[in-house]
Amino acid sequence: MIQAILVFNNHGKPRLVRFYQRFPEEIQQQIVRETFHLVLKRDDNICNFLEGGSLIGGSDYKLIYRHYATLYFVFCVDSSESELGILDLIQVFVETLDKCFENVCELDLIFHMDKVHYILQEVVMGGMVLETNMNEIVAQIEAQNRLEKSEDQVLG
Amino acid sequence: MALKMVKGSIDRMFDKNLQDLVRGIRNHKEDEAKYISQCIDEIKQELKQDNIAVKANAVCKLTYLQMLGYDISWAAFNIIEVMSASKFTFKRIGYLAASQSFHEGTDVIMLTTNQIRKDLSSPSQYDTGVALTGLSCFVTPDLARDLANDIMTLMSHTKPYIRKKAVLIMYKVFLKYPESLRPAFPRLKEKLEDPDPGGRTGMLMRTPRSPGVQSAAVNVICELARRNPKNYLSLAPLFFKLMTSSTNNWVLIKIIKLFGALTPLEPRLGKKLIEPLTNLIHSTSAMSLLYECVNTVIAVLISLSSGMPNHSASIQLCVQKLRILIEDSDQNLKYLGLLAMSKILKTHPKSVQSHKDLILQCLDDKDESIRLRALDLLYGMVSKKNLMEIVKKLMTHVDKAEGTTYRDELLTKIIDICSQSNYQYITNFEWYISILVELTRLEGTRHGHLIAAQMLDVAIRVKAIRKFAVSQMSALLDSAHLLASSTQRNGICEVLYAAAWICGEFSEHLQEPHHTLEAMLRPRVTTLPGHIQAVYVQNVVKLYASILQQKEQAGEAEGAQAVTQLMVDRLPQFVQSADLEVQERASCILQLVKHIQKLQAKDVPVAEEVSALFAGELNPVAPKAQKKVPVPEGLDLDAWINEPLSDSESEDERPRAVFHEEEQRRPKHRPSEADEEELARRREARKQEQANNPFYIKSSPSPQKRYQDTPGVEHIPVVQIDLSVPLKVPGLPMSDQYVKLEEERRHRQKLEKDKRRKKRKEKEKKGKRRHSSLPTESDEDIAPAQQVDIVTEEMPENALPSDEDDKDPNDPYRALDIDLDKPLADSEKLPIQKHRNTETSKSPEKDVPMVEKKSKKPKKKEKKHKEKERDKEKRKEKEKKDECEDAKTEAQGEEDDAEGQDQDKKSPKPKKKKHRKEKEERTKGKKKSKKQPPGSEEAAGEPVQNGAPEEEQLPPESSYSLLAENSYVKMTCDIRGSLQEDSQVTVAIVLENRSSSILKGMELSVLDSLNARMARPQGSSVHDGVPVPFQLPPGVSNEAQYVFTIQSIVMAQKLKGTLSFIAKNDEGATHEKLDFRLHFSCSSYLITTPCYSDAFAKLLESGDLSMSSVKVDGIRMSFQNLLAKICFHHHFSVVERVDSCASMYSRSIQGHHVCLLVKKGENSVSVDGKCSDSTLLSNLLEEMKATLAKC
Repeated sequence: MIQAILVFNNHGKPRLVRFYQRFPEEIQQQIVRETFHLVLKRDDNICNFLEGGSLIGGSDYKLIYRHYATLYFVFCVDSSESELGILDLIQVFVETLDKCFENVCELDLIFHMDKVHYILQEVVMGGMVLETNMNEIVAQIEAQNRLEKSEDQVLG
Repeated sequence: MALKMVKGSIDRMFDKNLQDLVRGIRNHKEDEAKYISQCIDEIKQELKQDNIAVKANAVCKLTYLQMLGYDISWAAFNIIEVMSASKFTFKRIGYLAASQSFHEGTDVIMLTTNQIRKDLSSPSQYDTGVALTGLSCFVTPDLARDLANDIMTLMSHTKPYIRKKAVLIMYKVFLKYPESLRPAFPRLKEKLEDPDPGGRTGMLMRTPRSPGVQSAAVNVICELARRNPKNYLSLAPLFFKLMTSSTNNWVLIKIIKLFGALTPLEPRLGKKLIEPLTNLIHSTSAMSLLYECVNTVIAVLISLSSGMPNHSASIQLCVQKLRILIEDSDQNLKYLGLLAMSKILKTHPKSVQSHKDLILQCLDDKDESIRLRALDLLYGMVSKKNLMEIVKKLMTHVDKAEGTTYRDELLTKIIDICSQSNYQYITNFEWYISILVELTRLEGTRHGHLIAAQMLDVAIRVKAIRKFAVSQMSALLDSAHLLASSTQRNGICEVLYAAAWICGEFSEHLQEPHHTLEAMLRPRVTTLPGHIQAVYVQNVVKLYASILQQKEQAGEAEGAQAVTQLMVDRLPQFVQSADLEVQERASCILQLVKHIQKLQAKDVPVAEEVSALFAGELNPVAPKAQKKVPVPEGLDLDAWINEPLSDSESEDERPRAVFHEEEQRRPKHRPSEADEEELARRREARKQEQANNPFYIKSSPSPQKRYQDTPGVEHIPVVQIDLSVPLKVPGLPMSDQYVKLEEERRHRQKLEKDKRRKKRKEKEKKGKRRHSSLPTESDEDIAPAQQVDIVTEEMPENALPSDEDDKDPNDPYRALDIDLDKPLADSEKLPIQKHRNTETSKSPEKDVPMVEKKSKKPKKKEKKHKEKERDKEKRKEKEKKDECEDAKTEAQGEEDDAEGQDQDKKSPKPKKKKHRKEKEERTKGKKKSKKQPPGSEEAAGEPVQNGAPEEEQLPPESSYSLLAENSYVKMTCDIRGSLQEDSQVTVAIVLENRSSSILKGMELSVLDSLNARMARPQGSSVHDGVPVPFQLPPGVSNEAQYVFTIQSIVMAQKLKGTLSFIAKNDEGATHEKLDFRLHFSCSSYLITTPCYSDAFAKLLESGDLSMSSVKVDGIRMSFQNLLAKICFHHHFSVVERVDSCASMYSRSIQGHHVCLLVKKGENSVSVDGKCSDSTLLSNLLEEMKATLAKC
């Protein structure tokens, strides 16, 4: 199971916060901060796995992250997930964002947090991996965008 | 209409959208908080508008603010409004906000049930999809139960997009509503192959087979199986087939991981797996898959009994592949390689040990994660041969390490490695002591106590090392650096604790005892923590005793007196200590020494007697020894030693009967009148037992003698220390010296051995016999430097096998431990929601399955059962509320209300509709009792344990009582304690609009008292009213909840309040008021808390409770119903019931325990109570009396 998906930038500003287990808002912020500090002090050329954020879970949980330009994508997962698999999944997620936003950059995530959530919802659902095929994900996103557009036209 | 629309869109143009909000926040970096609170005010305004587009926009912005850490739970109702929008665009916004902010504690969540059901069955797959996605994040037990059937239907939806989502969400449903697992499982299993539901012929009819659905099903079953693998063993063949046929790496990884969890339970499965897994390892190019295969092969090999020759190839393959991973430049692979390697290590250490070079190399890695993994591996890789070398390497790392955490990790690892399996790998304990001493030079470590424990352990258990240890410890006591760190908790100064004790206890080995004595009496010592000082004081005397003896034997009377004088001079500094332990010991000892001084002045020899104080030796006792002393046969720890006095108390002592209730049920062992012979026999047996019991203190004059007499336990001969090792290394030694010495020693040993071997060979040659003994240097060849005598920890004879720790009873996954292979019973169908009028008359089986199942499976844990009962109660209550809401949408047949009215009259009736549910339950109850033949029920006299007696038919009850009413509105309320927050109660107020106007702008103002205060939103003053978060159209009712903080709960109290509102109809609006009085009874501070009879008995026996009692006459109600009434109105639970007597328990929100003993006589009921607060108890009993009087 995936416990949480966090995206924040190099300064720790959250861009996407998705918990699959209930934490009060202030704890969520603490977790984001703690995770940021854990990840920040790691060089780019060391491994992408990290044991022990003290706030989420316990020894069974790992942080698996990737760093792209100005953004960190962090997944907090338990031992039922394959580490390398999750790394691939992050890649799929980012590539999907790239396709949907056409050359995604941090600004897209800043101003379209809702859309990023909708994309994520097609990849992970309730903490479980829903779809890993990028074409399928993009197709569903586009279909929903079309639906939204058609509703907009009715509205005038 | 059109005008409204235009107006709406114009409004919209002026509203900020999400982008504007984000931009605004970015432009107000310096006063972000202020800007956001301004935005929130705007959002609140937007939410009040009728235009759904405006609302949706506002909710979208709230979702963003939620990410920034703002609590948006106040907008929950608005979020639901947006969720129920007809347009997908808005719906999606609503569900997103809900998925981010709703949780089980969100009270309005129960209003979503019907909306979600509607969306699930929407013709648009994206409406359904968005509802499923949202639900997956906030599903509650109630939603899970109500929607399980709908979701199960969706698992066979024509669109794979919906199917895969429905399959995935089932896992969440199972977690929240375990009863759904068995009925849903067959369909879930079906989805593993996701056969086309069309299944007939023509291609057009077919729905595409989707890898996504299969993947989702695998995902769900893997999650389930991970928690309770044994229930899923029967699926192994199916998964095996999938594994060999699937090409989807995601699915393969999941399946292979699942097999890893299954193999420990079924070794035969493992054997079958090896081959296909090996093939995959060879063929796949995906590292992730390769890695998981290796992992599972390892799991298989671990589960198979080791030593099967044909599997060594598999081990080799794994280790070899892992080596490739570890050598890879990709740090991730390196990390995972080490992780998997540590799993092999446990069962096949030899195969890993050959890669020691690689792992030592990883210790130098720049990546801390990798270094930590490598450290883990080292633990299992040491042997007698390489221990010194490895520890030496670690010591250099300790010196280099930056940051205390990693250094502390290294320190603990060094100690772990050395001390593992009873110091198995240590050949030279002098070396180990030196290592420990070297570790004391670490600054800022938190593990001082760990080093100290090791020093003590080694010095006590390795007798041969004591002399050396004492010399080292005295050096430590002498050195100043340890004293300096005394401020830090658990700091390195803890070592002095060990040092002082060792020097004192084994003082006979000290070279210069006088010097050490002085070191221990230095004034600086008083800066140490108290517990260390105490040990100092105690051991100073031991030291003193041995010096005294030495001096007296040498005939140096003056010297002896000088030592005594030193003690008399220095001890007072400890007598002044603020630490009680130190002070007490010091003053006691000071008096003793002064007495000795007097004797010495008279030239009386005292040394013998002083030494006798500390004669004897303590042997180490295994930590669990006490627990494992078996209870001797014939000893009943529960039996009375003296028979209690007969129960002939007078009537005034009635309340005490609460105790005797317990006692009477206990099995009494009356001592049969044993004849002389029997007694003699028993005495003999007891003596025998005592002789074998090391813990029995006998009257034998010298305890040491016993140790010498008992063979086997100890006294393994202490062998002479090899003289090539210097016994005293001057100053603090460097452990490195030992490495060299050890090498030399081994070399010499080897030479000798070779010589011997040569001789033997010659002999063999002579004898013309051949023996194939190749000269390999294995571990066994290295003889330890000291024939170390490790005193084993003492264990009682015939100790019991280790008691396993119980599983965590709070594990949420335990509820899913359900046998899936048993055929489904009819009663296990998922609850199907139908229209209510049909439901009452036609489907009495709803909800019944749970009850029936319970009776079918009596083995189920009692606790679970109880929880379920509680849940059920909660659900019932919620359903009631739910219905109030539903009332506006559903047209209700009035006739069934009328039908049940006569029955309803018995109880206070705040609201007719709410009783519908209860009636259903009642009719169900009736049916059930009809079904059962009267004899089938458990014998009536049997004690009923724990939980309210719900199985029987109960009269309808409602906890809502009337608060106030007028022509516009009727208020009923229920007060509940909250367990989460001490001293808080939640007041749920149901407002029913009985007028034809719409009620809005409702505000509740309550006058706080000193003792009770309403929790108001931040910033609002005591005199402000608190808004009611909804409006009421005509004929509708809704519930609002408010939290009150109560300081003292021992007395009931009343609060005055006013509800003000605007009643608006076609003619206009009027401002109205309704006064009410909130009555907080003492019972409302109680929370139904289950209690086991043993805990209950303990509580009563603790004697901290005060008691009181009441008696009510003229009661005709059945005892069963009476108990139910007390349970319901006063929040008690039945602990135990015997005939017409029951013990009950409850707990207040402030943690008072309340115990009751309820007895029913002919026409009366007496209630004896015990409670930690007498005022609370008497008030409670008064309230209970009032309730009972109505019966």
